[in-house]
Amino acid sequence: MKTSKKIIYTIILSVLVLAFLFFLDVNKNQYGMAYTVLQKGIIMAVVAVSMNLVTGFTGLFSLGQAGFMAIGAYVTAIFLIPSESIGDVYYISGVSPVILNFKTWMDSLPSWIQAISPYIALLIGGLAGAFCAALIGIPVLRLKSDYLAIATLGFSEIVRAVISSPQMDTITNGSYGLKKIQGFTSLFQTFAVATVCISFMILLIRSTYGRAFKAIREDEIAAEAMGINLFKHKELSFVIGSFFSAVSGGMLAMFMRSIDSKTFSISLTYDILLIVVIGGIGSATGSILSALLVTVSKEWWLRFFDNPLYIGNFQVPLFRTGFRMVIFSIVLLIVVLFYQRGIMGRNEFSWDRIAENLLKIKKLLRRNPKEGGSKNV
Amino acid sequence: MTLSTFFQHALTGISLGGAYALIAIGYTMVYGILRLINFAHGDIFIFSMASLPWQIAIPLVCILTVALGVLVEKSAYKPLRSAPRMSIMISAIGVSYLLQNLATYLFTALPRAYPEIPFLKKIFQIGPVSASLVTFITPILTLLLVIALLFLINHTKFGMAIRAVSKDFETAQLMGIRLNNTISLTFVIGSFLAAIGSILYFTDRMSVTPFSGTLPGLKCFVAAVLGGIGSIPGAVVGGFVIGICETYLVAMGYSTFSDAFTFILLIIILLFRPTGLFGEKNIDKV
Repeated sequence: MKTSKKIIYTIILSVLVLAFLFFLDVNKNQYGMAYTVLQKGIIMAVVAVSMNLVTGFTGLFSLGQAGFMAIGAYVTAIFLIPSESIGDVYYISGVSPVILNFKTWMDSLPSWIQAISPYIALLIGGLAGAFCAALIGIPVLRLKSDYLAIATLGFSEIVRAVISSPQMDTITNGSYGLKKIQGFTSLFQTFAVATVCISFMILLIRSTYGRAFKAIREDEIAAEAMGINLFKHKELSFVIGSFFSAVSGGMLAMFMRSIDSKTFSISLTYDILLIVVIGGIGSATGSILSALLVTVSKEWWLRFFDNPLYIGNFQVPLFRTGFRMVIFSIVLLIVVLFYQRGIMGRNEFSWDRIAENLLKIKKLLRRNPKEGGSKNV
Repeated sequence: MTLSTFFQHALTGISLGGAYALIAIGYTMVYGILRLINFAHGDIFIFSMASLPWQIAIPLVCILTVALGVLVEKSAYKPLRSAPRMSIMISAIGVSYLLQNLATYLFTALPRAYPEIPFLKKIFQIGPVSASLVTFITPILTLLLVIALLFLINHTKFGMAIRAVSKDFETAQLMGIRLNNTISLTFVIGSFLAAIGSILYFTDRMSVTPFSGTLPGLKCFVAAVLGGIGSIPGAVVGGFVIGICETYLVAMGYSTFSDAFTFILLIIILLFRPTGLFGEKNIDKV
């Protein structure tokens, strides 16, 4: 396919997406469910791509996402709680003077800085996550596959324990969590931040660094023999992945407006892993698609599994609270056992591939005109 | 801390450690044979939640746990025997996710009282130290079971098969060992010990939720790593060390950090002695 054609298609697609978002943003009262679910979906897409960068592209099986998200979320939240409601949030154990001074200092800043404060908050949340990742990465990245998984999982539990400990009450509000966080102003803001994050990661994957990551994934020893500095690249991938996990944690905090340490438990990491596996380990666009798909179906389309279902007077058995998650875990197991490629395998979205598939379908249709070809598709 | 409270905590710690040790053996055996962290190990025993009179419940829990352990192995791990390491691990996580969600579905996420086992709860008093019977029984039972297990591993044909398979799949098969039966046997032993361990662990606790198996499960894995993965005496020592340290941390008022401590310990061991206290050195060949 010609490049000019591809560009035109891409522009058409982005205009369609933008128009759709605009439509939702205008009619958000009418389509409240779609509005919320898409917002959550794109936030999960950011963290799924960041996990894919570390796990799928660099081959480091890291399960610390929830921990980095927690760091990002708490830093962002502390930034974004308006200074007038600080007292309400920390009503139980009082607020640390450091935060109070910081808030008064922030209020004295010029108004244009305050206008962009959500972005600064997300950035600083991300940097905090990246800093922790850099520290923890030095010892942990020397470990191999399953030991690395357990160590990172342990790290995320450590973060959670520290956040909810009574010693941190005046900063993180202990187990009560933080509330009244300033949220996103519109759907566009969420999508813009997510697009910037995801584009950066995709560009990184396509750069020379990305190729080095993939070489490490395929064979560490061969990669080292080709002159790739193993530790440097692993650390880079881990730190950048954690940066974006932390940013997405901050976005989650802005989306939910109230967080506590239970939000960032191990099961959050498992949820993200589910998205990555279904999308295809080693495909960024697969992760985005599956993040949207999984979140939308989990929070919206498949909700009916959790409610008792009646056909006439007959109550269908099995349908009650929790059934939805059972279905999800079965789907995950089926994908892992029988369809390890996921939606996209290691392929990325491209117009060429779509054109190829269309051609294949056309050929099949032409070969069996009598049968209609539909079952071959 | 006075001497009597010191002993009191030591007793609690040893008891907790005994339960951890029993669960850790399951991890270490499965890892020894399949090189797989059985993430589902901690969730398997959650299904003991169904409240029944204890006379029925105890054997039932053991049988169900063993059956579930074997079922998990047959359905989720066996098809992936030659798959990359990461797929098997994801499958293990998937099973753990499924078991948690299934337990939530069946029993709801609300905490439930653990079935009361009256004779285990009886309080004994020795000098200034008082504790329930289970606290005294746990370490003794643990040691007995471990001695029995070591005999099984070192002096019977089954044990020899397990040791052979954990050294080398193919050579073991060439020697006429049935690979799948041996692996299933490992899961039977591991799950059975986990069932006993979980009964001892939860008897001292007020309530259980579908998620209360995850954290003790992970801690027991750390215990297995601490002792040297693949080594049964190592797992026992690791279990006791973690149980005792945790109890003292809680006693000193750092209860929220007791979970974190376990993982900090893990990272430190992995850095300075990746093979654990009793593990054998494994050299990766190119």
